[in-house]
Amino acid sequence: MLIRTPRKSDVLSSEITPHSVFLRRREFLRAASATSATAALGPFMLSDPAFAGAKLPNVKKTKWTAESLGENDKPTPYEDVTSYNNFYEFGTGKGDPKRKAGSLKTKPWTVVVDGHCENPGRYDFDDLIKVHALEERVYRFRCVEAWSMVIPWVGVPLADIIKRMGPTADAKYVSFETLVDPEQMPGQKFAILKWPYREGLRMDEAMNPLTLMAVGLYGEEMPNQNGAPIRLVTPWKYGFKSIKSIVRISFTDKQPPTSWNLSAPREYGFYSNVNPLVNHPRWSQAKERRLGGPTNVFGFVQKRPTLMFNGYEEEVAAMYKDMDLARYY
Amino acid sequence: MTPNDRIRWIAKPAVWLLCLMPLMWLGWRIANQDLTANPAEFMNRYLGDWALRMLWTALAVTPLMIVTGWKPALRFRRLLGLFAFFYVALHVASYVVADQYFDWLAIWNDIVKRTYITLGMAALLILVPLAATSTNGMVRRIGGKTWTRLHRGVYVAAICAAIHFIMMRKGFQLEPLIYAGILAALLGARLAPAWKKRARAKAEVQPAR
Repeated sequence: MLIRTPRKSDVLSSEITPHSVFLRRREFLRAASATSATAALGPFMLSDPAFAGAKLPNVKKTKWTAESLGENDKPTPYEDVTSYNNFYEFGTGKGDPKRKAGSLKTKPWTVVVDGHCENPGRYDFDDLIKVHALEERVYRFRCVEAWSMVIPWVGVPLADIIKRMGPTADAKYVSFETLVDPEQMPGQKFAILKWPYREGLRMDEAMNPLTLMAVGLYGEEMPNQNGAPIRLVTPWKYGFKSIKSIVRISFTDKQPPTSWNLSAPREYGFYSNVNPLVNHPRWSQAKERRLGGPTNVFGFVQKRPTLMFNGYEEEVAAMYKDMDLARYY
Repeated sequence: MTPNDRIRWIAKPAVWLLCLMPLMWLGWRIANQDLTANPAEFMNRYLGDWALRMLWTALAVTPLMIVTGWKPALRFRRLLGLFAFFYVALHVASYVVADQYFDWLAIWNDIVKRTYITLGMAALLILVPLAATSTNGMVRRIGGKTWTRLHRGVYVAAICAAIHFIMMRKGFQLEPLIYAGILAALLGARLAPAWKKRARAKAEVQPAR
């Protein structure tokens, strides 16, 4: 940071392990554990290097790649994506989720599907996700607090899951809920928000090809602090719409209540589309700070202009063409 | 060593060192590139936190003296007040440089449109003349009474700072409310002697009945 003088001990960029090699580190660990020396340690290793952050198999490439985003939108380093999080279920500090989310138990995981649909019920994680092919989607991610990242998510289009649930004609909206369990989520001991955390989408938004049910990032299982095991990703909306650790999906005929809107309706609307022209009452949304992005002479990332719908105008603008976006913020 | 010497040569340098520690810790983290994924925000918040803590510490001197009756406490008040201003100045500097990078138009818009920034800037503007008139020479030049009245501005600045902190946080969070509660206690304690005096006066009147 700031004025940087390289030290002898600094890592040269040529020495950084390429991510593809980094991802194979578990193969190395497994190979190592086969030797007799580590076999003695076996019982201690049962709690399993292949558990958290396991590599996800058979992830399809899509048209949303790092290459298609280009030089200006390079993926944010894994370390930043997984150490700087808003996940108030684990505390309000940005570092709290990484420190405290170890207590979240993601296996087994059940999602309740209910409301106006033909196939309601309790779906365990595999029933909900594994029947679909996993896809990689490299998306911009814009937080309402005016910082942003680029994240290579892995997941399933929400539309594919919804189709399987058979929503009826009364299903106008989809709502989501996060797990409530103060034992696993210590931040819920404080009423910072009304738990459970709730979010919702209009049906056309939920069915939009961009909308993803993410189960991983950087080719690996979702880290707990990023919303394991299953979270929403709506890249044209502010980050808080992308609800984490989902345990309930409901099809409703009315616009569902959403957490931040309940907490501060003047500041956070139901739609919360990224919009540089509509400011948050307490700060401007015209610019954003891309974490890990290019720095100025003081070593800080310069703010850059925020794009309408976070740069996904082509894919989503039609859904809002008759709406006053200053009113329906 | 007289008690006077002990304060001058031991206690004061120790307080100096203590007050510099948050800055040294920040320096250490800068040197180690350990400022989280969002260094500008981290630094700004860190310095803001310490500006509040130092200001509250300076405001705690008088109540401490009232409660313990330890008069020498007052000899640390200016030192702590100036350190509070020092961290306020660093906090504002980091906002201008790290956060906004000298985008004066954006800064002006923030001050005009965002109430919590308006309040923060108001606190700064109130504190500048207080810091500037902190020397013995200035006290003499202005005159004790006027000086005291001017320096009561610190109460207003602290209230602005407390609201600035509450409004800055998303939602209604506990931490800024704790700060506000402590400030209320610190300001309230100053009224205690006046209350006592009034109570005593009443007590002296009542026995006649």
